[in-house]
Amino acid sequence: MKDVKNKIKNSELLRWYYTMLVIRFFEQQVEKLFAKGLIRGTSHTAIGQEAVAVGVASAIKKRDYVTSTHRGHGHFIACGGDPRRIMAELYGKSTGYSRGHGGSQMMANFSIGFIGANGITGGSIPVATGIALSIKLQKQHSVVICFYGDGASNQGTFHESLNMAGLWKLPVVYVCENNQYAMSMHVSRAIPVKNIAMRANSYGFQGIVVDGNDVLAVHNVVADAIQNARNGAGPTLIECVTYRLSGHSRGDPRIYRSREEEELAWQNDPIKRFKTFLQNEGILTPVQNKKITAEARRIVREAVQFARKSDFPPPETLYEGVYIQ
Amino acid sequence: MRLLTYTEALREALAEEMSLDRRVILMGEDIGVYGGAFGVTRGLLEKFGHKRIIETPISENSFVGMAIGAALTGLRPVVEIMFMDFITLAMDQIVNQSAKLRYVLGKQAKCPIVIRTPAGGGRCYGPTHSQTLTAWFVHTPGLKVVAPATPADAKILLKSSIRDDNPVVFVEHKLLYPIKGHVPAKIRTVEPLGHAKCLRKGTDITIIAWSWQTQEALQAVDELALHGINAELIDLRSLKPIDIETVVESVKRTHRVLITGEEPPMAGVASEIAAQIFEHVFDYLDAPIRRLCCPDTPMPASPFLEKIAIPDRQKIVHAVLEMMGVSSDGTSERKKGKRKQR
Repeated sequence: MKDVKNKIKNSELLRWYYTMLVIRFFEQQVEKLFAKGLIRGTSHTAIGQEAVAVGVASAIKKRDYVTSTHRGHGHFIACGGDPRRIMAELYGKSTGYSRGHGGSQMMANFSIGFIGANGITGGSIPVATGIALSIKLQKQHSVVICFYGDGASNQGTFHESLNMAGLWKLPVVYVCENNQYAMSMHVSRAIPVKNIAMRANSYGFQGIVVDGNDVLAVHNVVADAIQNARNGAGPTLIECVTYRLSGHSRGDPRIYRSREEEELAWQNDPIKRFKTFLQNEGILTPVQNKKITAEARRIVREAVQFARKSDFPPPETLYEGVYIQ
Repeated sequence: MRLLTYTEALREALAEEMSLDRRVILMGEDIGVYGGAFGVTRGLLEKFGHKRIIETPISENSFVGMAIGAALTGLRPVVEIMFMDFITLAMDQIVNQSAKLRYVLGKQAKCPIVIRTPAGGGRCYGPTHSQTLTAWFVHTPGLKVVAPATPADAKILLKSSIRDDNPVVFVEHKLLYPIKGHVPAKIRTVEPLGHAKCLRKGTDITIIAWSWQTQEALQAVDELALHGINAELIDLRSLKPIDIETVVESVKRTHRVLITGEEPPMAGVASEIAAQIFEHVFDYLDAPIRRLCCPDTPMPASPFLEKIAIPDRQKIVHAVLEMMGVSSDGTSERKKGKRKQR
């Protein structure tokens, strides 16, 4: 963690810490609300993967693009999405990002470059790659971040799209969140090679493995890859090795892994690690920690209140927006 | 007006739209020097260069998805899927992505892509190169589906599709490519999608067709005239949105309907039209609606079997004669005019 932090202001590091906490509290709240039956449908939480979201989002610039996955709340919050409107979408309310048309897996805010989460595993990989093609054809200086998971690495779109991105040196950074599990299937049962990053070699670009629970390490590697992409050097695949501390989705009994394994993974909690780092460096005092934590909790509380108080969409909106007239 | 083939008309539409709008790009397999499997894009590479004629590896799902990404960020891609059968490889991107983006993401999202693809049999290509999968897309909210039957419409409707801000599946037919017809050199106002055309006015029966079947039906109508039957022919042109008003108006006058569609019969476009006619004008019908479709089988390769499978002019004529109570020698038991006054 150490060598990177000199480049980054302390206030910035504290903001990262704060954002990681917002994501954590948000996702914990989502799980609670599901358990209480206050929100319906399904939802995939990103508890344990906050360092990837924040490490990546802190490396992008205005006018860059991000595509996300079915596990996208954290990405969206890290990119500047409003927790109130994300929560409202989970509630199916009219103030949600997709006016209740999308739910947990489909929301976006193009004005901040967040092109959206995606309900189909691997579905956003071609879309991200197409945005990169569009950037190149229109001679823009933007870069696309394409989040996807270890599960999506086995989809056909992964091979097809990375092949074309390598072929045409497109400005895209593929960020693989290897959280060890595709629903219940451990990565070792799904992928016959040592790591996913090495697959990049087949497409003529670099693949890097990084500790996905180290926010500074993620930031550093992604920032370099973005710089390369912006300079016309083409794509990079970054495999962030992390762990999905939560279940796959609501109602996952987690019978495919042991509580001991989870206990061990919690010891590597990215937020705990970053907090220890900030404290050791004298960046985060106990008073600040209390203040930041309270503020993160308040934001999430406010999001729930906002969502609860919002109205359901009027019935006629069921029919709205299927076509552009 | 000049005579152009359907292929030339499509090419002219692409070239015109590309010249008018720099955002229009083409994507697909072998669309460069080779000119596409059926030659539609021949010569466009020389004219517009590699930056706008993007030849892709064989990766349908991803190049359709890339077209979506490009469309979301300001371009207007026209994608070619070499055979409609291969569109199955891109179903996720078409159905789960392109068709839903506007509905879910609202006004910020615009996905103006056109997916051009040749459907249909008649060339003995066998079960995986002869299918017409059009109904699947008609069944998908958020998509538009167009199936022009003439060279003029190939140009007119392709231009309309490219200018449409929604994802459009543009169904061509292999047998249509060499067909010649008058094609307007200049199209001043591009018409919105969703209008059927009455190609022959008639009073005895309404024949409804689209794509290649319209060509078969045109010939059938002429032959039926020799039997003294005055058939009306409606070419649907656009299948989604579908111009049911034009159909209904016709059925109110003719009281009989034959729908001819090259597609399997179950849950098809023809079934949908029949259902809508029942809902709208059941009282006006003098005879059960008749559908001519392919059998519920894969499309066989053998020329002999394929000919049996696909509706054609003879089958249309035969079916209409049956419906009208006329035997094929034209002599007996004509039921026409039996209809009571309303």
